Amino acid sequence: MDTPVTQKTFFSQLKASMAMFSNRKSAAGLIILGIFTLVAIAAPLIAPYDPKAQNLDETLQPPSFAHLMGTTHIGEDIFSQIVYGTRGVLVVGFLATIMATVVAIVVGVTAGYLRGWKSESLSALSNVFLVIPGLPLMIIIASQFQNPPLAVIAAVLGLTGWAWGARVLRAQTMSLRNRDFIQAARANGEPLHRIILVEMLPNLMAIIASSFVGTMTAAVLGLTTLAYIGVIPVSNLNWGTILFWAQQNSAFPYYWWWYVPAGLCIALVGVALALINFGIDEYVNPRLRSAGERARAMKKKGLDVNDAVTAVRTAETRESQA
Amino acid sequence: MSTGTSTTQPPAGPVSPEAAASDPVDPTLVGTTATAAERRGIRVPWRFIGGRVAFYLFTAWAAITINFFLPRMMKGDAVDAYMARSQGQLQPEAEKALRALFGLDTSVPLWQQYLDYWGMLLHGDLGVSISTGMAPVGDAIASALPWTLGLVGVATIISFAVGTGLGAVIGWRRGGRLDALVPITTFMGTVPYFWLGLIFIAVFSTLLGWFPAGHAYELGVEPGWNMAFIGEVISHAALPVITIVIASVGGWVLGMRNMMLTVLDEDYITVAQAKGMPNRRVIWRYAARNAVLPQIQSFALALGFIVGGTIVMEMVFSYPGIGLLLLSATNAKDFALMQGIFLVLVLAVLVANILADIAYAILDPRTRQTEA
Repeated sequence: MDTPVTQKTFFSQLKASMAMFSNRKSAAGLIILGIFTLVAIAAPLIAPYDPKAQNLDETLQPPSFAHLMGTTHIGEDIFSQIVYGTRGVLVVGFLATIMATVVAIVVGVTAGYLRGWKSESLSALSNVFLVIPGLPLMIIIASQFQNPPLAVIAAVLGLTGWAWGARVLRAQTMSLRNRDFIQAARANGEPLHRIILVEMLPNLMAIIASSFVGTMTAAVLGLTTLAYIGVIPVSNLNWGTILFWAQQNSAFPYYWWWYVPAGLCIALVGVALALINFGIDEYVNPRLRSAGERARAMKKKGLDVNDAVTAVRTAETRESQA
Repeated sequence: MSTGTSTTQPPAGPVSPEAAASDPVDPTLVGTTATAAERRGIRVPWRFIGGRVAFYLFTAWAAITINFFLPRMMKGDAVDAYMARSQGQLQPEAEKALRALFGLDTSVPLWQQYLDYWGMLLHGDLGVSISTGMAPVGDAIASALPWTLGLVGVATIISFAVGTGLGAVIGWRRGGRLDALVPITTFMGTVPYFWLGLIFIAVFSTLLGWFPAGHAYELGVEPGWNMAFIGEVISHAALPVITIVIASVGGWVLGMRNMMLTVLDEDYITVAQAKGMPNRRVIWRYAARNAVLPQIQSFALALGFIVGGTIVMEMVFSYPGIGLLLLSATNAKDFALMQGIFLVLVLAVLVANILADIAYAILDPRTRQTEA
């Protein structure tokens, strides 16, 4: 009797909370990210060469139809490296972000739901991780391993990336905890897990999504930076390793086809994630969108949104404006 | 709460009746509750300060403890790395002596090691660095730290000031042409710092020759407090600072603009405008002053990013700061130096956060008023 009603509310709420992706900015970001994901999955079909195949007859070739993005100092095809590198970036990026988001949800929602010293100490823990600079910590931990596997790299990136999400989730959970519908659910005797999963989680979706996107941006930047420095093994192909080899073989500044595409790809993923976050922001805070639209609408009528004095509009002035 | 001043009002909110009545001067130009409270003398927000001090002490303790346990959790340690580097030139007995020297002697219980570690730290002793010829870690860091502090400090201040100012103006002129700046600065923020630095070197240094491509000053120039050297330092720091500012300004612009849009809808802005206040005062003293508060609170997060970016930036520009030192320590597996650098960076970030907290307390009278 109870179950279908529960499922319906849960899924209908879930569907409603997906509305944050239904504006143009989010959609554009998701499409770009989707294309990169497809490239990562279909890498062997798209890449024309083996990314590590050397061809000493064609070294340091500028872009041509045979090599869309030119070749490296030992004749590797850079386009194929970029295509395969997408895999390295997205796999580690998603893995790290999922780990960080799970930790953020557990710590954040728990800290927000509990009271007293337990909540305070969880909050202090996330603040500590927020304040400690992440990149030096990543460099130090990663350099302790001889040849860190991908999962370890992802774990290190996740470890340094969960704190911000936990902080905003805690704040939102604390504000939700005292709302009427949560009080009502508690008065009805709903179990704790149901309050958190069914009543609270749908209302936290926007914040979880936004912190997921922010963490992913940080993870992609962190991963490519670590690869560029050479802290993580350079055999693990991603966009940062391409830049590492370009730097090692003094590609800067003349062999631009070697280092420009990799950087632009990182930026493109960053832009896609930023667009998704813009969309979520505007969904959460409609003023961000409406403020500009309202101002433009007023301008069309010949008014200035910042003008303290509103002109009295009579039939005469309306005619003169028309 | 018992003093009768309106604690729940926004800091730069409407004129309170008493302040307006006691002030013979034009109330639109002077009298807000915030300025009135300031004129009565600054109340020291002890509870706020106490809470923050406790937090920073806890963070420092946590960082030091992480630093202590990291090398001990790993398989190889600094001594193994050093023995491997010396390739049999050292006697096996030397390994034991080195372990004692690094405080890694496994025969001593862990809590004793922890206490010894604290004792060393409190004496300012960070151990010896194997990659710089057994020199004390403290000395190696002390010679590199000023360069990084200068770079990060100048870049962060410029970036915060420019970004926040720009964000305030964009928020004020909402719906205008300036809105186009937001996606542009955000795009710049998504590009990795080091890549932007490399592109800038290629364009402005190699192609155009406007700036030197690396190092803090030319070899052969004698460091000293004279105009020639200072000019040299400024011209070498210009490109890294510009890169960091361009890469980090987007976050400040976006945050400030979003906050301005929210604040500008508040009633006290309408009231201020209805009173006929000049727009300049409404923007900066009413709207921006309130909108900037979350910016300062997000300082902690941003600073970690900027420090990380600067570290890589130094590697790109061969700038003789902490970042370059960290890279060479990483390549040499010089764990003592790496930990010393990490510790110094954490402490520097904590100090910067304390400064941000002080700025917050000055800008937001609520932290002071709730004391009463």
